[in-house]
Amino acid sequence: MAAQPFIEFTDLWKSYGEGEAQVNALAGVNLRIHHGEFVTIMGPSGSGKSTAMNIIGCLDTPTSGDYKFMGVDAGRLDRARRAVLRNLYIGFVFQGYNLLARTSAIDNVELPLIYRGAPRRERKLRAEAALELVGLSDRLTHTPAELSGGQQQRVAIARAIVTEPALLVADEPTGNLDTARSHEIMTLLTRLNEDRGLTVVMVTHEAEIAAYGSRIIRFVDGQIASDVKNEERPHVS
Amino acid sequence: MFLETVSLALSSIRRNALRSFLTLLGIVIGVAAVIAMITIGSGTTEKVKADISKLGSNLLTVRSGQPPTPGSVPVQARDFEVKHLNALEANLVGAKAVSGASQKTVRVVYGTESVTASVTGTDTGFFTARDWEVAAGRTFTEQETRGGIPVCVIGETVRKQFFGSGDPLGSIIRVARVNCPVVGLLESKGTSGFGQDQDNVVIMPLQAFQRRIAGNNKVETIYVSANDGVSTSEMQGRIETIMREIRKIGPDQDDDFNVRDQTQIANAMSSTMGVMTGMLSAVAGVSLLVGGIGIMNIMLVSVTERTREIGIRLAIGAQEWHILTQFVVEATVLALLGGVFGIGLGLGLAALASYVFAIPFNPSLSVIALAAGFSGAIGLVFGFFPALRGARLNPIDALRHE
Repeated sequence: MAAQPFIEFTDLWKSYGEGEAQVNALAGVNLRIHHGEFVTIMGPSGSGKSTAMNIIGCLDTPTSGDYKFMGVDAGRLDRARRAVLRNLYIGFVFQGYNLLARTSAIDNVELPLIYRGAPRRERKLRAEAALELVGLSDRLTHTPAELSGGQQQRVAIARAIVTEPALLVADEPTGNLDTARSHEIMTLLTRLNEDRGLTVVMVTHEAEIAAYGSRIIRFVDGQIASDVKNEERPHVS
Repeated sequence: MFLETVSLALSSIRRNALRSFLTLLGIVIGVAAVIAMITIGSGTTEKVKADISKLGSNLLTVRSGQPPTPGSVPVQARDFEVKHLNALEANLVGAKAVSGASQKTVRVVYGTESVTASVTGTDTGFFTARDWEVAAGRTFTEQETRGGIPVCVIGETVRKQFFGSGDPLGSIIRVARVNCPVVGLLESKGTSGFGQDQDNVVIMPLQAFQRRIAGNNKVETIYVSANDGVSTSEMQGRIETIMREIRKIGPDQDDDFNVRDQTQIANAMSSTMGVMTGMLSAVAGVSLLVGGIGIMNIMLVSVTERTREIGIRLAIGAQEWHILTQFVVEATVLALLGGVFGIGLGLGLAALASYVFAIPFNPSLSVIALAAGFSGAIGLVFGFFPALRGARLNPIDALRHE
């Protein structure tokens, strides 16, 4: 595939603070991720993995170097344009689910479509379809407080994919879940990746969870320490 | 999108019902005070105007002394006596009636009932000058006036108290220990613009009043009603000339009496009322300001509390103006809600006051619209800064917020 990379870091730096206190969260990272990959990022805390994920998700911008997202110079876009990019192409799943409290599952899932300006009927249909895909057709009107952790994370995944994004960014999506629930969530993400060609970038510190990725990148001290293809992905039916 | 935002704001207000209500209180009280003040004020003004026109616009009032004005030395004034009254009556041209009157509030007793009423000593001219007719019976005879014989003409309130709907004529009531046969019943005048019951009165001949009740020779007020076609200002000039002569006031001395027509009295009343309304409105304005600051405070709390929510919204693609709109609309809806409650409360208070003081209740639509608009504007102004703060949050920091 000679196409341009989906995600491309070129000598990318991200620094915090100034002078003596300056810390380089990312120190000259070069990285290419292609369409359809399932990349898991590992590394100890402070290794720069979260910073890298924030930049990939267009939540943050690099201090220097280039970040190209789908060929767009996303590292130099202003706040408003990055918001548009996120809304159109990127879905987010967080460790703490981050659903709106006291708001029904379907309303939570509709939210990104509201900011896109989709009409009410279309929003409802798409949100229902997304919730069905994650297996929560019977929980549409439940609020987060009425759902288990695993179910809440499914709602969050439905919210992330309701806009049919090109990229799913997941930050420790199983961090708050037990082993069985974690594997359910990972199975769901793997299916989205394999069946729908959704590119996934996931940060985790659990090797077992990282093993679901088709490629495992390890960050240490703001640089990529290893980047390997994973040939032993768990089989997902 | 806008409707979504409004319903979002409403649901957020409902979720924090008690807190929202407490926040609203400042605005509710401010708006209620303004609405009540203006409605009661305009009702009172209307009532006073109606009273004045009932009194007759050709009535002049002469009193001794000068009304105190700020910074002036009060003029030491001799009281009027009957001789002044007679001299004025003898020399004044163009008067329909000239009448002297003194007044005192005393206890009036009939049988086992007693009331505290305003007793006026005067003469028959009083009824003409004040344009006040008797509904039953008669006024005083010449003989009763001259002889100082205690006879009474009573007001409707006194009659109701003592006789119910029965006939009072011929009964003897005791006015401050003076036995006094009732010879007439006045027609009802109702409540004055200041909530005074004008029917709670007993009227008797001046001399009887001076001798038996007041115990002096004073004539407190001289009423003059001008003939039709004689202007009050012309009449006022004539009275002043005669009074200066009677009271032997030198050309370089100030008057030690004052002559006022009803328009002047009405103007004085309305300007007093205007000052009162203005002052209370200023207090209400402060309350609105405090209410606005309250809204700002609660919106800041709300933005801080919902930092994570803002982070989620920003992450999934909300623009700054989405967040800004959400919180500004929330503040505006909150303030408008306060305004609506305030208008309701204010109108309720005004209606109650108009019932108690028997003044007309005529709420002004423009004032209500203004109050609603103003409270909305408060929300807009005081909600903007907290909303901007929320909209400017960094999504990464906001998501990390606990």
